[in-house]
Amino acid sequence: MMQLIINGKNREIRGAQNLTELLAELQLAADRIVVELNREILTADQFSSTTIKAGDRLELIQFVGGG
Amino acid sequence: MLIFVNEQRVECVEAEGLLELQARIKPDADLMIVNGYPVSGDQPLQVGDRVTLIRRGERPSPAELESLLLARHTPGVHKKIKRATVGVAGVGGLGSAIAVALARTGVGRLILADFDLVEPSNLNRQQYFIDQIGQPKVTALKENLRRINPSVEVQVHCCRVTPENLGELFQGTDVMVEAFDAAEQKAMLVSHFRKAYPGIPLVAASGMAGFHPANSIRTRKLSENLYLCGDGETEAQAGRGLMAPRVGIAAHHQANAALRLLLGEEP
Repeated sequence: MMQLIINGKNREIRGAQNLTELLAELQLAADRIVVELNREILTADQFSSTTIKAGDRLELIQFVGGG
Repeated sequence: MLIFVNEQRVECVEAEGLLELQARIKPDADLMIVNGYPVSGDQPLQVGDRVTLIRRGERPSPAELESLLLARHTPGVHKKIKRATVGVAGVGGLGSAIAVALARTGVGRLILADFDLVEPSNLNRQQYFIDQIGQPKVTALKENLRRINPSVEVQVHCCRVTPENLGELFQGTDVMVEAFDAAEQKAMLVSHFRKAYPGIPLVAASGMAGFHPANSIRTRKLSENLYLCGDGETEAQAGRGLMAPRVGIAAHHQANAALRLLLGEEP
């Protein structure tokens, strides 16, 4: 178990080690999301190589279709 | 004292009022605009006032037209936005309405990018006409903007926006607007633009389908230089389509956010 701050709220994470696993655990579509990790923007090609650690601060912006 | 009438310098005496001026310069005028605001009655004039006298229904010459369009722009605002560039990625329901609003407001330069053609299914909400079906959207929109305000410079790119061409397409933009339809495209543009150009404000949109209450659409600041318009959750899907009113509300939230950013205000 690991504690993260996601969109300003404390969240317990079970087994995710990197961003791809985290998005899967949270059941969020990785190709429709904008991720800021500790105030730094990450693009989709960086998700699997970005490890997460306890106390990380994440902003996850999930987009929906329509325009 | 010196004032401007239809953008021409005119000398008038201190005591001369608006109606006297109108009778002297253009007695058949039935519409008077003083400093960007229409007025009906008489009022005293001040040094440097910009007065526009119009006869309703009269077709102005191109030079007069420029001054008449200028007259309706708020002075101060106009000076700042005339020099500005706004980039719009996607010119569907959001982007076409945003471009129309910004062109009417008098933003100096618009950069528009979209790969798509005008289709019958677009006409329920997008700023195109039946006789434009089959044209590239950016070509059709450029023509529509020219008919609205020919003094706006419109640069168009008929192509798909990618992480690779993003910087080249929108070079020189002061404010960037994400106006795509697909969620994947929205996420791609926002993450890559934010990463490459953290100093340029970006206004994105998410959640404006259906006919939910207008007031559920908001403009929010998500992080430094990133703003999101929409309700954040109402996705377009079967049985919950995109319609002109709510898409237009989100588009105008975005246009207003862009305008406020150009004027140095927080959206």
